[in-house]
Amino acid sequence: MNGGGWSRFNIASVTAGFAFLYLPIVLLIIYSFNASRLVTVWAGFSTQWYVTLWHNQALLDAAWVTLRVGLVSATAATVLGTMAALALTRYTRFRGRLLFSGMVFAPLVMPEVITGLSLLLLFVALGVDRGMMTVTLAHITFSMCFVAVVVQSRLLTFDRSLEEAAMDLGATPVKTFFAITLPVIAPAIISGWMLAFTLSLDDLVIASFTSGPGATTLPMKIYSQVRLGVTPEINAICTILIAIVATGVLIASVVNKRREVQRRRDEQAAQRT
Amino acid sequence: MTQSFAPGADPATPPPAATSSGMHGFLRGLSGKLVIIVPYLWLLVFFLVPFLIVAKISLSETATAMPPYQPTFDGLTGFLSKLSSFSFDNYLWLTEDALYFKAYVSSVVIAAISTVLTLLVGYPMAYGMARAPTTIRPTLVMLVILPFWTSFLIRVYAWIGILKPEGLLNQFLLWTGVIDTPLVILNTHTAIFIGIVYSYLPFMVLPLYAALEKMDHSLVEAAQDLGCTPTGAFWKVTFPLSRPGVIAGCMLVFIPAVGEFVIPDLLGGSQTLMIGRTLWNEFFSNRDWPVASAVAVILLLLLVIPIMIFQQAQAKTQEQGR
Repeated sequence: MNGGGWSRFNIASVTAGFAFLYLPIVLLIIYSFNASRLVTVWAGFSTQWYVTLWHNQALLDAAWVTLRVGLVSATAATVLGTMAALALTRYTRFRGRLLFSGMVFAPLVMPEVITGLSLLLLFVALGVDRGMMTVTLAHITFSMCFVAVVVQSRLLTFDRSLEEAAMDLGATPVKTFFAITLPVIAPAIISGWMLAFTLSLDDLVIASFTSGPGATTLPMKIYSQVRLGVTPEINAICTILIAIVATGVLIASVVNKRREVQRRRDEQAAQRT
Repeated sequence: MTQSFAPGADPATPPPAATSSGMHGFLRGLSGKLVIIVPYLWLLVFFLVPFLIVAKISLSETATAMPPYQPTFDGLTGFLSKLSSFSFDNYLWLTEDALYFKAYVSSVVIAAISTVLTLLVGYPMAYGMARAPTTIRPTLVMLVILPFWTSFLIRVYAWIGILKPEGLLNQFLLWTGVIDTPLVILNTHTAIFIGIVYSYLPFMVLPLYAALEKMDHSLVEAAQDLGCTPTGAFWKVTFPLSRPGVIAGCMLVFIPAVGEFVIPDLLGGSQTLMIGRTLWNEFFSNRDWPVASAVAVILLLLLVIPIMIFQQAQAKTQEQGR
């Protein structure tokens, strides 16, 4: 065996793994352009299912609800999650820290049926009418924990002497945060926001528990149709959603890469002077 | 520890700057406190309190009203007087009907088998990624994360079209002549295993990769120079060093898989017993909120130990990162 290199076995297992991950998605996209109503029989290329979608008012309504819930909940979750990450990394000792970190990490693995049921019972106990508001609150709660983990991992590698320097030069803590800390952890915050947004876009179980009449989200709509069987229309919706997410991720990674290159150039320039 | 929320308790906090006035100190204290208090309160109200309500309702009696349960107690005053009148009927009900016990057991078994399968698929992949040339590693990580961004529901749905009796997998196998009659995969446990392995693979690969990438490969070479076979070196050196990743990955797969609803519902067919689905049906079909709550409480108790193992592993890696 060649100890140091990338062996044939390594290449094969990585390739097989990625084939397994991507093949189902690729097949789904291909069959959304199928002319036949039978999903598994190929009958030529067609975009008719995308046209049908455009006239499906219930589906468009659901998409609009999902989009609004996603935007609001992702933004709120990013603010709360970033605060939680700061609390966890900057304040190593405060009363109830153990409980706090437990509450931040537990939702990451908590089965969704439990989170959904418990939040629903809370809303009922409080006498809140179920609807878009309750779905949004529920989404903020579980996605802020994901944001917290993403931001926290960036904060752990953050060079705090930059902050100290700013404060030595007379900046207030608040100003230091906005001038120094925030720009450095911004990429983590942005990816945290995107993660929260896609989690909200994606969620079926928690939304089913916490939503009420008139607040059907897209996954709920898709789920009720999937139960009736596989149709090319659903393939078409899924393809659109995948395209949106893929574009977003692609743009984000390009921006990140540019920023990284710029940063390296700046560092080199700084070393030269 | 009297200054519970005071940021001054943080030993890493730099001493106040020379120019810092009383106002600065005040702002500093306030912003520090807010950063802790706001998310803390949010999680208390929307995460911890709801669990207490679930526990409370699981002890109340079923009623046909809306909400469909009789409150067992109201407020703190009623608490002590009603303590004796708690009804454990819902829990007794769970023990009387064998269905619930079977659902719990089969959930744990299905989740455990799926976790092992995910590890078997994920480990060679993560290992291969960690051994890949450094230039392409970020791209490979990106490719693992990317499916995670696409909807879970969509990814599970995609498998229905593949696994159906007249689906793409059977068409392919019939065409190649491997089989003569279509395999029945959809609506069996096999379909659930495939669904869980597929959906949770990134959760397994990423912690494994993180552990394997840090590993110094010269250790393996040293072991082999000293006469270890490649397999022996793997089990004596590589695997023990990757253990934090194995634990984190397995917990990240096992815990949510136990309570999984979407995968058994869409791929497992009607006869599959899994507890997440039982809870869902109890709640949405039977409208029995107290029993659904009791199911949730027991599910949570079942997961407390794995969740604590996960927390411990998480805290340890956090310490190392510091």
